[in-house]
Amino acid sequence: MLAYVLRRLVQSVLVLFAMSALVFAGVYAIGNPVDILINPQADQTEIARATEALGLDKPLPAQYWNFLTSAVSGELGRSFASNVPAIDLILQRMPATLELALTAMVLAILLGLPLGLWAGLKPDSVAAKTIMAGSILGFSLPTFWVGLLLIMVFSVWLGWLPPTGRGETVNLLGVEVSFLTVDGLRHLAMPAFNLALFKLALLIRLTRAGTREAMVQDYVRFARAKGVPEPRIVRTHVLKNILIPIVTVIGLEFGSVIAFAIVTETIFAWPGMGKLLIDSINVLDRPVIVAYLLVIVTMFVLINLTVDLLYTALDPRVRLKTARV
Amino acid sequence: MSTAAESAPRHELLASFARNRLAMGALVVLGVIILAAAFAHLIAFQNPYNLAELDILDAKMPPGTRSEDGKHYWLGTDEQGRDMLAAILYGLRISLGVGVVSTVLALSIGMAVGLAAGYAGGWLDAVVMRIVDLQLSFPSILIALVLLAVLGQGVDKIVIALVIVQWAYYARTVRGSALVEKRKEYVDAAQCLAYSRWRILYRHLLPNCLPPLIVVATVQVAHAIALEATLSFLGLGMPITSPSLGLLIANGYAHLLSGKYWMSFFPGLALLVTIVAINLVGDHLRDVLNPRLH
Repeated sequence: MLAYVLRRLVQSVLVLFAMSALVFAGVYAIGNPVDILINPQADQTEIARATEALGLDKPLPAQYWNFLTSAVSGELGRSFASNVPAIDLILQRMPATLELALTAMVLAILLGLPLGLWAGLKPDSVAAKTIMAGSILGFSLPTFWVGLLLIMVFSVWLGWLPPTGRGETVNLLGVEVSFLTVDGLRHLAMPAFNLALFKLALLIRLTRAGTREAMVQDYVRFARAKGVPEPRIVRTHVLKNILIPIVTVIGLEFGSVIAFAIVTETIFAWPGMGKLLIDSINVLDRPVIVAYLLVIVTMFVLINLTVDLLYTALDPRVRLKTARV
Repeated sequence: MSTAAESAPRHELLASFARNRLAMGALVVLGVIILAAAFAHLIAFQNPYNLAELDILDAKMPPGTRSEDGKHYWLGTDEQGRDMLAAILYGLRISLGVGVVSTVLALSIGMAVGLAAGYAGGWLDAVVMRIVDLQLSFPSILIALVLLAVLGQGVDKIVIALVIVQWAYYARTVRGSALVEKRKEYVDAAQCLAYSRWRILYRHLLPNCLPPLIVVATVQVAHAIALEATLSFLGLGMPITSPSLGLLIANGYAHLLSGKYWMSFFPGLALLVTIVAINLVGDHLRDVLNPRLH
């Protein structure tokens, strides 16, 4: 087990290095940042001085080393647009994104598990077929278009919910959150549902498939023969067994929810780091783009690592297999 | 492989569509969409991007309006008096084109790499699969966004981004089938006949690895179209000179809050119907071509 944890840790660090090299190559080595930074009327000596000051006259490996050492100490450059450290901008926007992503995930779980269970237990009922048709639609609907439809119906036609912004926030343990005020909740409802839709469809399918597989297993038949009441079979025998893959997927999908929040945040003008990324790309604010990428890559690597380790801890079969290796 | 043996399963495939009403319907809808996109210039009564054919007095008309000179705008007009139906047909052409071209390119690259990795094994396989794993652990939209942030705008740039995002799926799929197929007797037989490596790869292994690839490719076309639309909506995809469905929706978004829903609703509907039709056909192909279900 310890060997496995260590190996995964080393792997994660290697992925981080590989991604940092790619980000560096992609954002810094292509094009010359001096052209953007310096006054277009600058003469040769001024350009040379600026190039030297930025360390751009050094060979590429040396530049990467500089980039890496300052990145490790949290220094990712200053935003061209607002002249504050890029990492501060990202961290300032992060709570809004995390709140949106977590709310979406909770929504998807609270709706997806019961619906999937129902569709799996009574696969031939009309309700199950409706649920499955809905999940196919959930997969096919372009997220950004659903967002527009939501705004069209609930803001423009019905006037129930505000179309953009985050609303009134409350300071909870030093972090501004929306979900504790009525106004904040009204702002949160549409973006969270929009972001949840795809994961909801995924969870319904997973839960349904798992339930259908579990219902024909010997342990369910045995429990039935023993006279265990049906609700208890579902609760303790079926649900417990299908939860392992579902928990894994929920964990892994959290990263992709944060990535897709880029789209949702742009539609609903939700002030998270995804909207910041799009704004920065539009004005070519490279330090902010790099900072966003490094932060999100680190998040992904951490999420994957946590899920892997949790999975090993949860499922005795996986534990045995890795212990022998 | 003889032609008779090849045509029999193809016949079976068509018959299987006839048996499944939903899949058949999806196939018909998809066919109509492709035809409508291909012959957009014949169906629409105006070229929506020829400014001489637009009438600014007809701007922002709701669906079903008849203009003073007798033009009937079934789906309304945009802020320049452009018929939305015409814009959608032309947009479909661009969206489908980008989706299909990027999928074909990604399929060719992924197929070659995956086949080589699966057949050769060893360090090549290890390196390729590490890259594939690494890439697939990140959501495609994130990779595409980063690429476009670096590359800039343009039709070629978005095709490059879509190809880079997609190749890994094909590489993984074809490598999986190649690993299974290369152990089979016909490969041994071909090796005993001292056929060249290339001949075995392309004449023997490849045709047998195709069915799962076709399924992945169908679904990936839908994925590519949706991704392109999303990127264009964010303002990072197609340039204004190539208005795909995503760009039309982005345009209409500006008028949504003033209640002019048709400018973004109908392009989105066209996008949705296209994606659902492709997905349903793909679902059916998977059921038919999956050997485990027979």
